[in-house]
Amino acid sequence: MDRREPRRRPAHPVAIRVMHWIGVYAMGCMIFSGWEIYNASPSLPLLFPAWTGLGGWLGGALAWHLSAMWILFTDGIAYLLYGFASGHFRRDLQPPRPAELTHDILAALTFRLKHRIGHYNAVQRLLYAGVLIAIILQVLTGLSIWKPVQLGWLTGLFGGYPIARFIHLATMFAIVAFVLIHVAMVAIVPSTLKAMIVTVPSEIEENQ
Amino acid sequence: MSTQRIKPAVSMADIAPELQRLRRRGFLRSALSLGALTMLTGCDLSTHSGIDAALEAMLRFDDRVQATLFSRQRLAETYPASAITHPYRFNAYYAEWQVREVPDHWVLNVSGRVADRHPWTLPALMKLPQQSQITRHICIEGWSQIGQWSGVPLHAFLRRVGADLNARYVAFKCFDGYYTSIDMASALQPQTILALDFEQKPLAPQWGAPLRLRIPTKLGFKSAKNLEAIEVTNTYPGGFWENQGYDWFAGV
Repeated sequence: MDRREPRRRPAHPVAIRVMHWIGVYAMGCMIFSGWEIYNASPSLPLLFPAWTGLGGWLGGALAWHLSAMWILFTDGIAYLLYGFASGHFRRDLQPPRPAELTHDILAALTFRLKHRIGHYNAVQRLLYAGVLIAIILQVLTGLSIWKPVQLGWLTGLFGGYPIARFIHLATMFAIVAFVLIHVAMVAIVPSTLKAMIVTVPSEIEENQ
Repeated sequence: MSTQRIKPAVSMADIAPELQRLRRRGFLRSALSLGALTMLTGCDLSTHSGIDAALEAMLRFDDRVQATLFSRQRLAETYPASAITHPYRFNAYYAEWQVREVPDHWVLNVSGRVADRHPWTLPALMKLPQQSQITRHICIEGWSQIGQWSGVPLHAFLRRVGADLNARYVAFKCFDGYYTSIDMASALQPQTILALDFEQKPLAPQWGAPLRLRIPTKLGFKSAKNLEAIEVTNTYPGGFWENQGYDWFAGV
């Protein structure tokens, strides 16, 4: 209890941190086993390096994929419930206004965008909300290619099995692109990594 | 059923049981690549038995979820003749040149929990009610194609032979060394057929002559070709791929 900063909440509540790292593990399993599954019948003229695959062969990769999906699904549902109930989405992930976004993108591209622990700028809000939508899309397309008959209405929504499968692949690339940007940003501002592990007070001035 | 194809001296089918015995059970053990190592620091990497057990338990859980999601009334989408995939892709656990010809005096044997165990000839099967379908074949590898099959609905056949429809499994044995099994609910789904024809012609050897299972509510590897025996049983029969680690229910 620091008297001088009585109202400072942690940059990331412990629930968010736990769900973040469970999500990292589950998404890692899904991506690496997914690459192994993709390699069994590539729909693009590219293969993922064999050493990146999880599962060793198609059967093993599917066992990983169909196991880790439950971790991702449970973690994701818990996060969505928490995000709405706690006000995390309302407070931290407001869709940025166009002017604010333009300003922050220009600032980011010229390396002048300030990063304050516990506060998301417009570019962050866009990327975080974007990757959440991508993960939801990935779960839905995943379900539609896992159960194209029993969940045929869902598969139909995505334009049928082959298109749903392609969207599932494309969305994976989007998620991997996010991860690369996200990890690069953390490398530039390493204190953000600490804030996602231990309790660090947020640096926000507003909301006080 | 003319025999023009030259049979190889040793085919994959001949050595398949040995291959399978070697691969069985160790399938997930060999599953630890670098990707896995990065994910699993802290696990006992000398045996991986805990990981294997966990993955196998999850696959059994997936099978229960799949059985719950499955409805006998829900039909796989059917397509117009214009949607049929050409050329149709051959797929088996061996290469196309190793396809086996139909043995002389072929019959379909029926065993297990059935009242009538007499073997079936092709002409006898042709006299049973027939059904035609144009459906999507989805391979576990991810690719898919649309084909046209016709033959005897399995539910009609099972009723005809007086099968115990409360039994748990229907197992299929093939003369190319392949075998597989399905749950009774899926066996009774109206689109599950014992196909005699492919694209309105009697099955050619590479499409599973003279009789194959065609089940559009499961992944392709369940649609066993070159059938020689059907068994109705309560004892888990497994399957060629299932015993190596493909999930058994394999519903779509």
